[in-house]
Amino acid sequence: MEIFLQQLINGVTLGSIYGLIAIGYTMVFGIIGMVNFSHGDVFMVSAFFALIFFLLFMTILGIGTPIIALLLAMILAMVLTGLLSWTIERVAYRPLRGSFRLAPLISAIGMSIVLSNFIQVAQGPRNKPVPPMVNGTIDLMERDGFAVTVSYKQIIIVLVTAVLLAAFWYVVQKTPLGRAQRACEQDRKMAALLGVNVDRTISLTFVMGASLAAVAGSMYLMYYGVVHFADGFVPGVKAFTAAVLGGIGSLPGAVLGGLLIGLIETFWSGYFSIDYKDVAAFSILAIVLIFMPQGILGRPEVEKV
Amino acid sequence: MSATMEGPLLQVRGVKTYYGKIIALKGVDVDVKRGEIVTLIGANGAGKSTLMMTICGSPQAREGSITFEGRDITRMPTHEIARLRIAQSPEGRRIFPRMTVLENLQMGAALDKLAYFDQDVERVFTLFPRLKERIGQRGGTLSGGEQQMLAIARALMTRPKLLMLDEPSLGLAPLIVKQIFEAIDELNRTEGLTVFLVEQNAYHALRLAHRGYVMVNGLITMSGTGRELLEKPEIRAAYLEGGRH
Ligand SMILES: Nc1ncnc2c1ncn2[C@@H]1O[C@H](COP(=O)(O)OP(=O)(O)OP(=O)(O)O)[C@@H](O)[C@H]1O
Ligand SMILES: [Mg+2]
Repeated sequence: MEIFLQQLINGVTLGSIYGLIAIGYTMVFGIIGMVNFSHGDVFMVSAFFALIFFLLFMTILGIGTPIIALLLAMILAMVLTGLLSWTIERVAYRPLRGSFRLAPLISAIGMSIVLSNFIQVAQGPRNKPVPPMVNGTIDLMERDGFAVTVSYKQIIIVLVTAVLLAAFWYVVQKTPLGRAQRACEQDRKMAALLGVNVDRTISLTFVMGASLAAVAGSMYLMYYGVVHFADGFVPGVKAFTAAVLGGIGSLPGAVLGGLLIGLIETFWSGYFSIDYKDVAAFSILAIVLIFMPQGILGRPEVEKV
Repeated sequence: MSATMEGPLLQVRGVKTYYGKIIALKGVDVDVKRGEIVTLIGANGAGKSTLMMTICGSPQAREGSITFEGRDITRMPTHEIARLRIAQSPEGRRIFPRMTVLENLQMGAALDKLAYFDQDVERVFTLFPRLKERIGQRGGTLSGGEQQMLAIARALMTRPKLLMLDEPSLGLAPLIVKQIFEAIDELNRTEGLTVFLVEQNAYHALRLAHRGYVMVNGLITMSGTGRELLEKPEIRAAYLEGGRH
């Protein structure tokens, strides 16, 4: 019971991070039908942005409380990562739109390599540590020497994720921008006939997905305290798995998928073997693709148009 | 300003449109003046829908010119053409399937940031009370006729200077067709709305329209007032006999 609770807490934390990244995959897929394989590396770069700004605020500006430094670093990372993603879309994807289907995919894999190699050269190949930002845990219960704890870090991650997801959900469901995004997703030509600037809407979708990835990147940095140039790959693929599991194109699906992948991974580590946690996560991807290709909340392909 | 007021609202000159290597419009000339209802009739595959879409810049004309209010729009991107208030209820209706009726109408009013939404939506609900009953239903689950009404209503929500309707009577019950044609007529008479109408239903369309064009194989072969065209034996033979209501 105690182990179960502890893994539940850990899994939800991890799942929040995956969910934030997964939204970027699912939105871009929804609007242009492309799997943006560089998204994981955009996430990794955002963690480096957060790291650099965090250290900058802590040392040079001398901001005493690490929480404020982290928050400012996160906001700056969101802006810069958004810009980065905007540029990538303009340079590497938009010229290929209307080309054959695999072209943007290959371009995205290329961008992914460019980003991770650039960080490897610019930031070095080793783990980059940050001093601990938030300490402290709350003991929830203790029995037979096993304590169920939740750390402040975990609380922050879950809270930040929940707040941003709510804000994001509001934008997509209730604002003109969100309506334009959904219109482009459903019928780009008709959206243009109604005055929607489709290219701009697609760009903004990339920016929004990247900003959420930057939130995930900042949280990742805070949680693990280190980041590494290759850290885009595995979380990226797991978030992609989450998007597919939840039903690619579906926003609630991305969040649900993220939580499930996080939970599967931590429960697997807790009850079976930590070495095989990635095997477990990716086996899920294979199983889902075979038996439930539309995912949990994905829409079935029957619709009257 | 005076030049724009004098010329026709929409002027299409020598427009050629291609799909890849295949030519669909072979040099089309059409005028639509302010306050007119102009109809375009022609057989299946003549190029009627292509002309409507070409006016909206999707696909763009490869040759020729299109001017709206005296301004050349031939190379303008589709969304900017829409901002000049050219609205289209396109072939196939193109309702956003996973948006509600309300959201589809909001998309129509997006150009004005919903500034006139409340009053305009009441107006289209008066035209199509059916839509009001279905306000929360997803577009993709509406019946064909309801989708047609929604497509027209959505186009009206843009506050168009030129309303282009591609076969608005398609799939609708005769009574509804009659209502839609009456609505077009009324909007035209009371508000001076300019309408460019593609129709298979040539008899109704020509009776409603001030002027008409006949398109055959990507070319305009005849034009005249609605009455003139209705009386031409060729037209009666090709588009009216047997299809008359
Ligand atoms: N996307 C496309 N790609 C290739 N050819 C096309 C495309 N759209 C239309 N065409 C061709 O262009 C020609 C004109 O088509 P269009 O849809 O404009 O005809 P239409 O007059 O609207 O016919 P209908 O009354 O059946 O709607 C047809 O021969 C059609 O096959
Ligand atoms: Mg047609």
